Amino acid sequence: MSKHHVSATVNGEPVEFLCEPQETLLDVLRDRLNLTGSKEGCGSGDCGACSVIVDGRLLCSCLILGAEAEGRAIETIEGLAQGDKLHPLQQRFLEHAALQCGFCTPGFLVAAKALLDCNPDPTESEARFWLAGNLCRCTGYDKIIRAVLDAAADLRKAKGDARHGL
Amino acid sequence: MPRINIAGNAVKRFTHGETALDVEADTFLRLILELDQRFPGLGRQIEESMAIAIDGEIYQDAYHAPLKPGSEIWLIPKIAGG
Amino acid sequence: MAYETLRVVGTRPIRPDGVDKVTGRAQFGADMTMSGQLVGKMKRSPHAHARILGIDATKALALPGVKAVVTSADFPEIPDEMAFVGEGPMNFRDLSCNCMARDKALYEGHAVAAVAATTAAIAEEAVALIEVSYEVLPHVIDVEAAMAEDAPLLHPRMITQGVSPAPTKPSNIAKKIVFALGDVAQGFAEAEAIVERKYTTKPVHQAYIEPHACIAAAGSDGQAQIFSSSQGQFMVRAYAAKLLGMDIASIRVTPAEIGGGFGGKTLVYLEPVALALSRKCGRPVKMVMSREEVFKATGPTSGGTVSVKIGAKKDGTITAAEAVLKYQAGAFAGSPVGPGCMAAFAMYDLKNVTITGYDVVSNRPKVAAYRAPGAPISTFGVESCVDELARKIGMDPIAFRAKNAAKNGTKAAYGPTFRDIGYAETLEAARKHPHYQSPLGKNQGRGVASGFWFNIGGESSAAVNINEDGTAVVVEGNPDIGGSRAALAMMAAEVLGIPVERVRPVVADTSAIGYNFLTGGSRVTFASGMAVVQAAEQAVAELRKRAAISWDIPVDDVAWADGKAHATGASVGKFQPLSLADIALKSARTGGPIGGKAQINAQGAAPGYGTHICDVEVDLETGHVTILRYTAVQDVGRAVHPSYVEGQIQGGVAQGIGWALNEEYIYDKDGRLENPGFLDYRVPVCSDLPMIEAVVVEVPNPRHPFGVKGVGEVPIVPPMAAVANAICDAIGVRMPDLPISPPRLRAAIDRRAEAAE
Repeated sequence: MSKHHVSATVNGEPVEFLCEPQETLLDVLRDRLNLTGSKEGCGSGDCGACSVIVDGRLLCSCLILGAEAEGRAIETIEGLAQGDKLHPLQQRFLEHAALQCGFCTPGFLVAAKALLDCNPDPTESEARFWLAGNLCRCTGYDKIIRAVLDAAADLRKAKGDARHGL
Repeated sequence: MPRINIAGNAVKRFTHGETALDVEADTFLRLILELDQRFPGLGRQIEESMAIAIDGEIYQDAYHAPLKPGSEIWLIPKIAGG
Repeated sequence: MAYETLRVVGTRPIRPDGVDKVTGRAQFGADMTMSGQLVGKMKRSPHAHARILGIDATKALALPGVKAVVTSADFPEIPDEMAFVGEGPMNFRDLSCNCMARDKALYEGHAVAAVAATTAAIAEEAVALIEVSYEVLPHVIDVEAAMAEDAPLLHPRMITQGVSPAPTKPSNIAKKIVFALGDVAQGFAEAEAIVERKYTTKPVHQAYIEPHACIAAAGSDGQAQIFSSSQGQFMVRAYAAKLLGMDIASIRVTPAEIGGGFGGKTLVYLEPVALALSRKCGRPVKMVMSREEVFKATGPTSGGTVSVKIGAKKDGTITAAEAVLKYQAGAFAGSPVGPGCMAAFAMYDLKNVTITGYDVVSNRPKVAAYRAPGAPISTFGVESCVDELARKIGMDPIAFRAKNAAKNGTKAAYGPTFRDIGYAETLEAARKHPHYQSPLGKNQGRGVASGFWFNIGGESSAAVNINEDGTAVVVEGNPDIGGSRAALAMMAAEVLGIPVERVRPVVADTSAIGYNFLTGGSRVTFASGMAVVQAAEQAVAELRKRAAISWDIPVDDVAWADGKAHATGASVGKFQPLSLADIALKSARTGGPIGGKAQINAQGAAPGYGTHICDVEVDLETGHVTILRYTAVQDVGRAVHPSYVEGQIQGGVAQGIGWALNEEYIYDKDGRLENPGFLDYRVPVCSDLPMIEAVVVEVPNPRHPFGVKGVGEVPIVPPMAAVANAICDAIGVRMPDLPISPPRLRAAIDRRAEAAE
């Protein structure tokens, strides 16, 4: 079977890759682009450890094919920090100890970013339901939710400050 | 003479049902050697599978653990965890 | 050395491995690659119980890209030999047969062969081409069915241990255990109220989100490297060496970051197989399990039946207690029924008690340790029964527990006298907590339950190296499963007197630090922490010596405080203090590199206790249970990094709630697992849970320099009974069978309604 040639952008950078028809986007990210921050916990879209944002939409990268990425803009955990400046979500996860083993963390951060992109001021309940597609077996979610809500407040404040020229 | 109590039923087949024994030994190592003399096979069984609790402090794999007359001494199954 | 004023221990710094883990840089088991690597895949039995008549790999080997196939013929046959691991004594012969079935497949998913090929697709195709001929045998899944006289036998030579005289016939009962204290018959005769009930729990999986993964490379010189995710690189090294007949020194294991374990990664499944494949074809072999393989072939913990009888006087004094536990071990002997028996009544001061346990094999995956192995199962029964008894005599459940609580000086049912325990303190903190007084609404209820775990110490090695700029490196050997790097660095910083940011902890490979027992038994902060403290103290002693040399004064005239050497005694005031950096910079002139090293077998672990309060609301229409509020109180000795201590407690509670309400292994009539995925094996998700309040009680362990007790296991022990007791409080229905899933609860509600008509 011949391989597909795919062009896309990943974290703002243009990429090209060849992939087998059956390869998932997660396989491509991990095995062809060497972006191993996205994790495979189930391969069936149940755990969210492979969460990525494709054209602004939160997806499990194990559920779409690499070939489907043609022409799309993909955001992964590797693109969340700006250089050495952590995203407020990353910073708050660290401050709140919102990770223990850290395996689900990239997926949670990407999913939480997608949440805050569309809902900058979520309630606790909204955050819990949005993140219900991401499994964490270590933390009981308590500190994750606190970190997400605090990061949302940080982002709102930063936006407000920017609006007021601060 | 220290008195050794043995928890559970794991070593009863060696001791002919005895669960408390008076021993000469003054360390866990000497206890293993002494019991193996008295009940062949028991010393190894204890060394492999049992910890010793002396006045409530649990020693695992510790030849040096001191046995004193008057102390409460229990052989209990070794513990691991998740 | 006693540390009275603490600067670092008890604070909440950012963990040293944190940035790697929030940016995706941390390397977990599946993230490593090696040049020229192949992909390994396992061929697994589709049958629950079958004799393997033959394996023909001819077609698989003929497929282009296939480089090697291994079967049990590639593993040396191992005589029965006992070693102490996760759950208790483990037979290496069994471990070998679990990694690769020898003459029989004992459960669906049991590995029977493995393939290494150039791509995953080719490896999968090759697995399908391996022809295994089976004689399918009758199977048995459930524990009481496996104990029946006419049950299919898994191991024809298994004679029940612990019964005298020894049985003459083989059975699936590997072991019988009995603990007894006092006179139970007399105790029950004195009782004014008795509750007796049988409880059941289902096997549940640890369900770490990271599937097992490793890469192994064997060289033609007999040297091998393994990179894998496990709870102990030294465990992987020892087991791989044992199963393949290799020297320990010939295997170097580098620990990956571990994506959760909870006891489930205290064994090997893939590593010896990947190494056997690599030895055969001379190339590195990477193996990663699918989630389905994780469910079918690793973990879980036992399901079991727990029969409990407790009697008390009307004033609340327990007069006698009795329990019979039957635990599934899976395909090989070694369920956690032993610690299950010992932990069952460890919360109580009992004069008369008998506990009997049975370790039973059946055609399921061999159980692995899961957080406080054995204790959650027996405690679910005991704490449900205690609740019912307290209700029966009209006593508040916390007051009832307090009246009978184990204290310092209480004799455990398994013999020894407890010391340095803080159970009563957890009850008192729970009683006083505002949660306990808060009002409840319609169909809402509150449950209380307590739990115990032993905690262990064990062999630990650590080194502390002082760098010439005044920073320090802590070299340790336990995979960091939930923040232990932070705790160990903090303890080193405390001893050295420098900021924790100046201490870099490293989890070393097996060639770079001495032996460490695995990360388990809630031992790392306690035992490896003790090794780190001793190594750091040695470094401080050396630093004082070097300052004395620099000043040309006796070392006794040098004191260490706030990260500096101070001249004291006859030399006081004669010299400016020297900082760690000042001394380290001149180390060549004063005698060479400065550091400390400790290799210990840590003793003096102290047990932990917790008391939980759970509020639920029951939907009578659907049988769905909502957890409204949860407070978990635990005696932790001393919290080194309180955030990660709270995290352990919150995480254990969440797993316990899953165990209580949803999680179970479901088998079809052929003994095949019907729910090997996260869609149908339902672990708690974010929207299932409220905030979980962790209340830390500190009754220090005097045998640890900072008072540490193990933390990680206790919190999974109480939740199942706390939830069940809350449901009973809400709607008056006692649920003795887990999980209390909506259909099961709805059926119980319907039965009650029918009975009332």
